Parts: sequence; C-alpha cells; structure tokens
Amino acid sequence: MTTGVDLGQPQAQAVRSDEDVVRVRQLVRTVAVAVKLSLVDQTKVVTAASELARNTLVYGGGGTVEVTTVENGRRKGVRIVFADSGPGIADLDLALTDGYTTGGGLGLGLSGSRRLVDEFEIDTSAETGTRITVTKWSR
Amino acid sequence: MALNAEESGRLAALLGGHAEQVTQRWTDIVASSLRGRLSHAELRRQVEDLHRAIVGAGEQGAIDLSAEHAAELRAALSELSRGRARQGFSATETTISIFALKDVLADLVQGSATADALHDYVAFSKLVDELGLFTFESFVRTRESLIADQAEQLLELSTPVVKLWEGVVAVPLVGTLDSARAQVVMERLLQTLVDTGSPYAIIDITGVPAVDTQVAQHILKTVVAARLMGADCIISGIRPQIAQTIVALGIEFGDIATKASLADALRHVLRLNGVETARRQPRRDV
Amino acid sequence: MERVPILKIGDILLVSIQLDMSDQTAVQLQEDLAERIVATGCHGVIIDITALDIVDSFVGRMLSTIASISKVLDAETVVVGMRPAVAITLVELGLSLNGIRTALNVERGMELIAAARADELDHQLDDDPDAETATP
Repeated sequence: MTTGVDLGQPQAQAVRSDEDVVRVRQLVRTVAVAVKLSLVDQTKVVTAASELARNTLVYGGGGTVEVTTVENGRRKGVRIVFADSGPGIADLDLALTDGYTTGGGLGLGLSGSRRLVDEFEIDTSAETGTRITVTKWSR
Repeated sequence: MALNAEESGRLAALLGGHAEQVTQRWTDIVASSLRGRLSHAELRRQVEDLHRAIVGAGEQGAIDLSAEHAAELRAALSELSRGRARQGFSATETTISIFALKDVLADLVQGSATADALHDYVAFSKLVDELGLFTFESFVRTRESLIADQAEQLLELSTPVVKLWEGVVAVPLVGTLDSARAQVVMERLLQTLVDTGSPYAIIDITGVPAVDTQVAQHILKTVVAARLMGADCIISGIRPQIAQTIVALGIEFGDIATKASLADALRHVLRLNGVETARRQPRRDV
Repeated sequence: MERVPILKIGDILLVSIQLDMSDQTAVQLQEDLAERIVATGCHGVIIDITALDIVDSFVGRMLSTIASISKVLDAETVVVGMRPAVAITLVELGLSLNGIRTALNVERGMELIAAARADELDHQLDDDPDAETATP
C-alpha cells in the first residue's frame, strides 16, 4: 500500500559497504528534517532505514537506496526504496516474524522496521531480488 | 474563468473611472451585511485596498488569479479573509464582502448603455465568483490552522509534568487518553526526566475514566522507554474498574510497580531512596 | 576507519560516542574496550550515548555484547544519556537491551557503578569465613 504523489527527483545512494549505510542514514535524516517530521518520527524513520540498508548489504549483497519527498494532501512524507538483486526472501511471512533470523542478527530488522514506518511494501523473488518501499508521513 | 486582456481593461477602466462611487457603494453594502461589527472607516480602507488591487491587475492585462502579476490581488484577498477569520466572522460574512462587487458592477453596467454591457457583466460576474471562491478557500485555511493551533495548545495544557521531590517527577493524567495524547505525554515525560535528571517518574491515572488495550500499551511503552533511559516508573491511582479491565484484557503489567495513590507512590520512591517518612509523631522522652 | 576514544577516569573507563558509527567502528570499539579493561584493571565502564541520534539493532547488540564481555572481565557496564526519541524508537523496534544497566547521565552512571561495587565488596566479606573469625 503506497499513497501520495512523488515530488521531485529521488536522491540515490549505492549500498556497497558499512560506510554507505552511514551515508543512507544521513541522507534519510536530511530529507526527514526537510519535510518537517517530528523528532521522534525522524528517529524512527532513520532507524528503519539503517536496519533495511544493512539488510540490503548483508542479505542482498549490496544494492541501491532511493529517497524521495512525497505529498498527500496537506501532509508531506519521506519515501525510501531499498533494492537489491540478491537471492530474495524465501519465506516472507517467516522473515516478518519477530526474532526470526538467518544472518545471526537479532531478527528485528524487517519486523521491527515495519513498526517504525507508516507504509511498508515488499516485493521479492529469487530472479529479481528484493525491493522494499517504506513511507513515513508527517503528523 | 479568467478575463481576457480586453475585458480586463474595460473592467479596470470602469472601476477606475468611478472610483469614489464604487468604493462608497461597495462599503455601504458590506457595512449593512456586517451590521456594524466593523467600523465604516475600517471597511472603507479594506474596500479601497481591494479596489486598487483589482484595477491594478486589470491594467496589467488579463486578470487571472493564478498568474504572476495577480500576486497583489491574491495578497489583498488573503489578508481580508485572514483578518475576518481571526475576528470570528462567518464564511458568509467574509465572502459577501467580495460578492458585493457584483451589485456595484450591475449599477455601473446599467448606467453605460453599450452593446457589450450584458456580455461584460457576465464575464465580470464570473471573475467575482472566482475571487469569492479564493477568499473562501483562504478563510477555511486560516480557520483550520487556528483549530490545529488550539488543539496543540490544549494538548500542552492537558499534560503537565510536575516535579514532586528532588529526583521525582509526576504526570497526573486527567481525561481520555487517545493515541495522539498518549504520545505527547510519553515524549514530555521522558524529556523531563532528562532535563531534571530525575531517576523516578510517577504516572498517576486517577483521572483517567477508562483504559483500553491501546492506552495500556502506551503506558507500558512509556515505562519500558524510561527504563531504557535509566529511570523507573511507578503507576498510581488505578481504580477498581480499571484494574478489572486490565486483568480482563489480559494485559501484562509484569514487574512494573503499581500503587493505590499518588501519596503511596511518592512514599515508595522516597523509601527506595532511603528518605525517612514519618507516619506517626515520634514519641518524645521526657 | 575512525575509532571511538576510551578515557580512563579513576577506576572507570568512559566511552563517549560522538560520531555516527559504521558497523565496523562499533565492532572495533568492542575489541578495544575488552583490551583496555584487562590492561587497566578497571571495574566500571560507562558508555555515553548522549550524542547518538539513533540506536539500531546492530548498535543495540554491540552494547549488549560489551556488557556481557565486561561482566566476564569483572567490570560493570552502564549505558548513559539515551535520548527520549531513541528510547521510544527502541521500544517500537522491539529491542529490550537485556542485561544492560542504564542511567540518565554520566554522574548517575558513576553512582550506579560505585553502589554495585560496594554491594559486591560487602558480599565478598560476608562469604569470606576468615573475615568472621578474624574479629574477636
């Protein structure tokens, strides 16, 4: 479920290393501040972006992150697309369960980030890789 | 909708040529609709501003409200509607100040017996409608932002965080807790803990009429968040019905300290801190 | 790669994280701290995260690991200065930071370590049979 219209060009960031995950966080924070998200909402969306960008790196073998400003009537928001061409997620329901992990993490990456954003869409297959779109709206 | 350049020119000439007559008649119509709630001089000033803006826009070519050169006209309309909205006038009372121009134009057009009179009047009329709608829109926007501001102020008012003792803060919650308010309370309580360096917080829910799953979840989340920051929360003032709801809903309060009253909660915290609280007068040896 | 500095103040190691850490920097800090605890023989570690505007599951796990490692090396770890927005986000994320002691600020953190230390010394005295018999 994604709503609203895109405003302007997306800003892209390749995710190839640890430092790129840091850059994704900084990019998302800049956009979140620009659309006037509250401090707590900024923190939530940056944390979600950090988790998902790390997933892109660790499970997807690297990929790209695109950040756009979106608008829905009077509310503005930030939309982030994480794309990789990795092996995809075999069992999506299982991957979205708290505590489930294949990578030795805490298993909160996917399920936890979903709770931190307003819209969460996931598209995955073994052929095309994984594409996760999240949106956080201002209140 | 917009007037073409020729029509605009004619409108500007018509209004500009009879400036005194137009503003006088316009002011009179508006004054009668507002029944003396704004002074005649004030109204006349507003009408003159609008008159000047319309003539000005007309002289510069086709009047189109969305065009660049209509900025002054848009500003004049917005200012009028903002003022009216803040002074508490209704939407009708506000837009009528614009629609009054139709009556004025009707008089003027009737006076000049040219062949295009009817055609022009219809075109002018359409423009006035457009101006009226624009005014209405900006009136509504002003009112909406007023309401939003007030709602925010109300939230601030309804969630005081008070310092009870050195290192102890309390939030006495009164009234219904919805999701938005619970969030504000949570953020303010946690921020106060940081600002005052208080390791204890008491959430008093004596004044909360009902607790549903969502509210209970919010309280629980606040307690957990405070704990992450290194502070302890005590919940006080749980009324019998609420205790029953909590149990019936199967909400687990776990190891969170709960006390019957705010006083009990404060005594509990002070005792943890090793402060002696005298319940009885100490006996004095003679 | 940037490194997080570790300061020694009395019997306590103080780590004040000032930068947006990459995962590698976090892992490095974990290793550096373990070495410093052993080298200095300190019994307390304070990790100040006042400057961190987010804590994700990786940093959360690092904090837990540091706490466990220092426990094994006989040092108490206290995480101080977590911002409210960070705490709220962690709760929503579902991260509980089990086994980590927290305090509002560095000062409270030092008190907590001192108190924990005092408790432990008391226990040691209680458990020690010689201590009992030594007093006539």
